[in-house]
Amino acid sequence: MTDQTPLLECNNLNVAFHTRAGALPAVIDFNLTLMPGDTVGIVGESGCGKTTIALTIMQYLGRNGHVTNGQVLLHGNDLVGLNDSELRCVRGSKIAMVYQEPMSSLNPSMRIGNQLAEVLMCHADLNAQQARTQALEMLSAVRVADPVRMMNAYPHQISGGQQQRAVIAMALLAKPDLLILDEPTTALDVTVEAGIIDLIHEIASTYGTSVIFISHNLGLVRKVCQRVMVMYAGEVVEEGPVDDVFNHMRHPYTRALFAAIPLPGAHKKNRPLIPIRGQLPSTKDQEIGCKFGSRCDFYEASVCGRDQIPLIRLEDNPDQQVRCVRDTKIDWLSSSVDSSVSDDSGPGCPVLEVANLKKHYPIPNDTFGAFIRGGDLRLLKANEDISLVAREGETIAIVGESGCGKSTFAKVLLGLEAATSGQVLFKGKNLSGVGINERSSLTIRDLQMVFQNSFDTLNPSYSIGSQVARVIRKFGIERDAQKIRSHVFQLLDAVKLPREFADRLPRQLSGGQKQRIGIVRAFAGRPSLVVADEPTSALDVSVQASIINLLMDVQREHRTTLIYISHDLSVVRYIADKVVVMYLGHIVEQGTTEQVFAPPYHPYTEALISAVTDDYERRRIVLEGDLPSAINPPTGCPFQTRCPRKIGVICEQEMPPEKNLAGGHTICCHLDNAALDEMASVVSYRTN
Amino acid sequence: MGLKKSLEYISESRLAMIGLALVLFWVVLAVIAPLLPLYDPNTSLEAFKKPLAEAKDGATYWLGTDHKGRDMMSRVIFGAQRVLIWATMATGIAYFFGILMGLVAGYVGGWWDEIISFVSNVLLSFPVIVLYIVIIAYLGATGFNIVLAVTFASAPGIMRIVRGLVLDLKTREYVFAAQSRGESAFFIMLVEILPNARGPLIVDACLRLGYTIITIAMLGYIGLGLPPPDPDWGKMIAETQPLGSFAGHMAIVPAVAISSLVLGFNLLADGLREISLRD
Repeated sequence: MTDQTPLLECNNLNVAFHTRAGALPAVIDFNLTLMPGDTVGIVGESGCGKTTIALTIMQYLGRNGHVTNGQVLLHGNDLVGLNDSELRCVRGSKIAMVYQEPMSSLNPSMRIGNQLAEVLMCHADLNAQQARTQALEMLSAVRVADPVRMMNAYPHQISGGQQQRAVIAMALLAKPDLLILDEPTTALDVTVEAGIIDLIHEIASTYGTSVIFISHNLGLVRKVCQRVMVMYAGEVVEEGPVDDVFNHMRHPYTRALFAAIPLPGAHKKNRPLIPIRGQLPSTKDQEIGCKFGSRCDFYEASVCGRDQIPLIRLEDNPDQQVRCVRDTKIDWLSSSVDSSVSDDSGPGCPVLEVANLKKHYPIPNDTFGAFIRGGDLRLLKANEDISLVAREGETIAIVGESGCGKSTFAKVLLGLEAATSGQVLFKGKNLSGVGINERSSLTIRDLQMVFQNSFDTLNPSYSIGSQVARVIRKFGIERDAQKIRSHVFQLLDAVKLPREFADRLPRQLSGGQKQRIGIVRAFAGRPSLVVADEPTSALDVSVQASIINLLMDVQREHRTTLIYISHDLSVVRYIADKVVVMYLGHIVEQGTTEQVFAPPYHPYTEALISAVTDDYERRRIVLEGDLPSAINPPTGCPFQTRCPRKIGVICEQEMPPEKNLAGGHTICCHLDNAALDEMASVVSYRTN
Repeated sequence: MGLKKSLEYISESRLAMIGLALVLFWVVLAVIAPLLPLYDPNTSLEAFKKPLAEAKDGATYWLGTDHKGRDMMSRVIFGAQRVLIWATMATGIAYFFGILMGLVAGYVGGWWDEIISFVSNVLLSFPVIVLYIVIIAYLGATGFNIVLAVTFASAPGIMRIVRGLVLDLKTREYVFAAQSRGESAFFIMLVEILPNARGPLIVDACLRLGYTIITIAMLGYIGLGLPPPDPDWGKMIAETQPLGSFAGHMAIVPAVAISSLVLGFNLLADGLREISLRD
C-alpha cells in the first residue's frame, strides 16, 4: 500500500437517537481508521449499533439521529454537518452502500439496466448510450448469469441472488472509494451466499475499494475481512486483525459469542452450546461501567462497575484492542465447557411413518390459451414422494433451501393441508387425508408445532398468560380457572421465564422470550411429536443457543420426537440424530447425521456443506444458476440443472433411483457406487 | 385499554385532541340536552329573531329564532341528539354486517368470497345517492329506513377493508398456531384475527361516522330526512335557505353545526392514524 493517508477516519464518534423517551445513545466512542483497500468487518447482535455506524458514515441517520460528538473524516474532510447537496456528491460516488434486502433496494417498476445507467448519468455525466455500455460491463464483472437479459429484466423477474449482484454492481458503478455492505447475504440461501461472498472478496482486490462489511455471522466475517470489530450495546468491545481476534479472543463477550455457536463437528452429546445469559441491556439505562457486566461470568463490581471502560491495546499484541479491564486476569485457556451430557437412551419405536407422500397445489391457469383449451390446471409440486420414519425421542432434521417444500411437509403433517397422495402413519393411525378439524383432540395435542417467526408467533392482542391458558383449556388439561393459572406458572418456570410475564403483552417480550412461549405452547399438551420450523432463524446467536438447549431439554424430558426444519447446517449437525436433505420437493439424501455429513454425499448435500461459512477449510463448490420453479421442474433428476457432478443424458431423462448404502443411508443419484466411494470430505478439520 | 390509557394515547396527537374536543362538545350537549334550560324545539315563540335578541319572557334567544319562531339553539342541540343517535346506530349496524362479511370473505375464502365480493361490488357500483333515494323514497323517511340505507351503502366498503386486513392477518403464525391446535374457524376469526384489525377499523369508523352525519343531513336537505317535527340539521338549512338574505343565521347555525361535528370526526380519524403510524 503506497498511499498512506487513511480513506476514512471515525474519531470518538458518538451517535444518539432522540425519541419520546429522551436521547438514546446508539453508538458510543467509535474509532476507525480505514486505509484504501482495507476490508473491515463489524459483527454484533441486533441492536448493537452496527447499522447505525453505516448510516452515520453515509450521513443518513434520519430526522431523529444525531452525531453528538466526534468526526467522520473522508479523505480528511468531515462529513458531519454537510448539507444535502454536498452529501449528494459523496453518497453514491465516494461511498456506496448495499442493504440487506435486495428486492427493496431496487425500484420494482424500472428495468435493471435503466437503474444502473441512471447511476452513471447522475454521477459520471455520461450519456445514456455510454452509461448502458458501462452498466453492461459491470453486470458481467459481477458475474450475473446473462447480463444482456438482465439489463432488460425487471427486479421481480430475477432471483434474490441475482438481484443482490445487481445491487452490488450498482454500488460499484460510480467507482466508490468505500463500499458499505450491511448484511448483504442474510436474506439469501447458503448456496447463493457462497457466490456473493466470493464476489465481495474479488471487489476489494480488483477495484481497490475499501469495504466495511457488517454482519452477525462470525464465519462470514472471517472469510471476507482483514480486520474485525466486535460490537456490543453501541460500543466496540474488541478490535483487531481477524485471525488474532478469532484465535485469541480477549473479551468475554466475543468468547461467549463463539461458545454459543454450534461448531461444525460438534454434536449435542459431546459439546453443549453455552447461551449468553440475560439479554442486551437497553441503551436507555446508561449504567456506568462495563455494558456486558450483567451477563459476564468474570464480572467484578469493584473493577468493572466503575467509570467508562476504555478500549485498551493488548500488551502482547498492539494490533488488537479490547474493552475489558480484567482481560489479563482471566484464564482464557480454562474451558468453561461443562462435562458432556450423556444421553444414552437410544431412539424407541417408530412414532411417525411417512410413505410416498405427495402434495401438489393446483395453480389456476388464467392464460387465454388455457381458457380456449378448457382451463387446465398447472400443478405446483411442493412435495414429491416423501418417505421417512421418525422414532420416539429422536431428532430428525429436514434441510434444504427456501422453496424446497420443507414447510409444506410440516403443514401436511399437522393437517393444515391435505396430502395429495401417500400415507402418514402417526402412532399407527393414518393421518394423511385427515384435516385438523377431523382429528381428535388427543391427536392434535400429540402433534404440535413450534413456528419460525418469533415476531408474530404470538397474538399481539392478548397477554402471554391468557394465550398459554387457552392452549391448556383447549387441550383439556385443566378446566378450573385457578388451576389453569397455576399450570401457566409451572410452564413459565419450565422455560425459565419469570411468572410476571403471564400478564405481559407479546410486544413487551424480546424475540427469544417469545420463542420460549412458542415452545411452551407446543409442549403444553405433552405431545409425542413436535415439528419445529426454523425456530431460531429470526434470533441472535446468543439467544439461538438458549432456545436450542431449551428445545432439547423439553424433548429429553418427555421423549418427544422432534422434526427440526432448518437451513442452518451447523445447527442441524449439532441437534439432529438423523438428517433428511430436500431439494425441490424430493428427498435427495437421508441418513444419520454422521452419514450425511461425511462422504459419500449426494452432490447437492456436498454443495450445501461446502457453503457453510465457518472456521474450517472447505472445498468450495459454488452452484450455478438458481433453484428451478416447482411448477415447472426439470425432467429427470431435479438437481440436474445445477449439479456439478452431472454424468450425462441419463440425469436429464430418468429420475435417479434411491441407492441404499450402509446403515440405512440413502442417496438418490445416478452416480455409481464407485464414484460415490471416491468422494472426498468437503471439510478438512484442522486442529490448532 | 382503560379510559385513562386511551386518553393518554390520543393526547399524543394534537389533531386527535382537537377532533375529540369537537366531537365531545356535541356529544355532551346532546346527552345533557333535556337538562338544559332550553325552549321546546318545536314550539313557536317569536319569528325571525336575530341571535342574542331578548325574548318575551326576559330570556335570551342566544342563536335567534327561525321563520316559524322556534328557538334555534334548542333546535340545533336537539338536532345534534337526533343526528348522533341515528348516525351511530347506522354506522354500528353497517359495521356489524361489514365485519361479518369481511371476515367470512377473507378467512373462509373460496365461493363465499366470490359471492360476498360480487354482491358488494354490485352495491358499490350504484351511486350512493341513488341508493339512498331509492331505499328511502320507496320505504319512507323514518329513522329505521335511514339506518337501512346507510347499512346498504357502507357495509360493502367496510367489508372490503376487513377482507383486506383479514387476508393479511390470516397468514400470521399465531393464526397457524390456533389452527394447529384445532380451533374453530369462528374462534379464529373473532378472537385471533378481529382484535388485531381494530386499529385501521377504528380510524375508518371515525371517518365513516362523519360521512354518515353528512348523509343524514343531506337526506334531510333533500326532504328525505327524519320525520317532522323533530329538528334535523339538513332540513333546517333547506327550510331557511330562501330566507337567507335577511335572516342568514337560520341557515348558518345548522351549517356550522354540521361542519364542526364532521370536522371533529375527521380530525380524530387523522390524528388516530398519525399515532398508529408513529409506533
